[in-house]
Amino acid sequence: MFDWLFALWPGLQTSAELLSLQPPGWGGNLLRGALASLQIALGAFALGLVIGTFGALGKLNGGPVMRDLLAVYTVVVRAVPELILILILYYAGTDLLNQVLRAMGQRPVEISGVAAGIAVLGIVQGAYATEVLRGAIQSVPRGQLEAARAFGMGPVQTFRRVTFPAMLPLALPGLSNLWLIATKDTALLAIVGFAELTLETRQAAGSTRAYFTFFLAAGALYLVMTLVSGRIFGWIEARYRRGQAAQ
Amino acid sequence: MKPWLTRAAQEVIVPHRLIMIAVAIGIIIWAALAMRWHWIPRYADLAVQGIWRTLWLLALSCAIGFAMAVPLGLAQAAGPRALAIPARAFCTVIRGTPLLLQLWLIYFGLGSLFPQFPWIRESELWPYLRQAWPYALLALSLSFAGYEGEVMRGAFRSVPAGQLEAARAMGMGRFAIFRRIWFPQALQRALPTLGGETVLQLKATPLVATITVIDIYAVASRVRQDTFIIYEPLLLLALIYMIIAGLIALGFKLLEQRFNRGMIG
Repeated sequence: MFDWLFALWPGLQTSAELLSLQPPGWGGNLLRGALASLQIALGAFALGLVIGTFGALGKLNGGPVMRDLLAVYTVVVRAVPELILILILYYAGTDLLNQVLRAMGQRPVEISGVAAGIAVLGIVQGAYATEVLRGAIQSVPRGQLEAARAFGMGPVQTFRRVTFPAMLPLALPGLSNLWLIATKDTALLAIVGFAELTLETRQAAGSTRAYFTFFLAAGALYLVMTLVSGRIFGWIEARYRRGQAAQ
Repeated sequence: MKPWLTRAAQEVIVPHRLIMIAVAIGIIIWAALAMRWHWIPRYADLAVQGIWRTLWLLALSCAIGFAMAVPLGLAQAAGPRALAIPARAFCTVIRGTPLLLQLWLIYFGLGSLFPQFPWIRESELWPYLRQAWPYALLALSLSFAGYEGEVMRGAFRSVPAGQLEAARAMGMGRFAIFRRIWFPQALQRALPTLGGETVLQLKATPLVATITVIDIYAVASRVRQDTFIIYEPLLLLALIYMIIAGLIALGFKLLEQRFNRGMIG
């Protein structure tokens, strides 16, 4: 089918063979890596959203000590390179868990790469999500919250029925950006030896010496992930903006 | 006392903050006494070199990247389609793929391609191309250009069209308009974002350690490998990055104040 193309460009045929999904080719490894990256990005993004929601509420409604502690958390995470946070949290997390297990009389365990990756990237994402959500919640008009209180809604109900739907369209652009950062930050786990897309690519490229083929293929995979998710976020945003005045 | 100093003092001298500061000082004293720092004198020289390398990689890549970002932003904001589409594609690809992948593509890919050409090996540049730092600088600059091209696109677009029309009515040429009206106002609007992006670029520099450039992160990793001390070098490293990030933020704040002189709002 592609014979005419291979005749025009002989290098393409070797590339296609190297990228084929069956074992002599490395395409399967790359796809498995992409799946692992996606899994970690999804987990980290979800964890970041949970931390971010509580962080934003704490920053807005918490006591002075809570607010200062959250400020320290967001400032530190946003000033220290993710790579160093990953190493510190990875080592410290494993150490702490094993000490707790030892205290409880259990044997130490190896933390799975996926769990550690999700936890570490989630904590990093949480700091950025805190700021995004705080800004969005703050821009919900006070009058709406006062009206909700006047109708007798409790704090949980106000958040669920008024604050959350009103702030979501404002938060979505920032959250979509965070999701892109999450997919790209999974590449950092390659450095602690977790077999996600970038590390799989490097191993494939290293053993076949076809660097351009594999790195470009992996780049295309990342690009597909980011472009498709950009579309999805655009769609969600359009949906939640329905019935709201244009900015 | 200067007014801002008293205001700062009032903000800090609140009971709960004083207690938190005391706790923080306590933790620092405990860390200084109880943790192992005996390796510092042995690695001090290497660390200073590492910090220096991190700083110049950051400064150079930001300068080169910004110089590329201006035409990239201009092409997207006002250029003909033939220039706007490639500029947009470049920014999308750079922003859509991880920097680590770009770095490895450039280092391993170009690094394995160049030696195949005799004329490159015989050229004057070859002694540099055999080292790792030019590839690191190239990857960091391209990445900064991609992100900042997008920022500058928005900044160029946000300058009111009336300003440019007024300049044209005054008889300014295209280049004079760009240099005296369009660029300064776009830069002023982009400065707060650029400050944040420079801190992000600082946070991206430790990746160059994966292609054998000995920056401050690589020095800390070496301490970890040599002495099997894990936390102390990492904590010191985090502190160093926080200080550099703080200085960058401060520098941009001063720059913004300078740029905003005589501006309304």
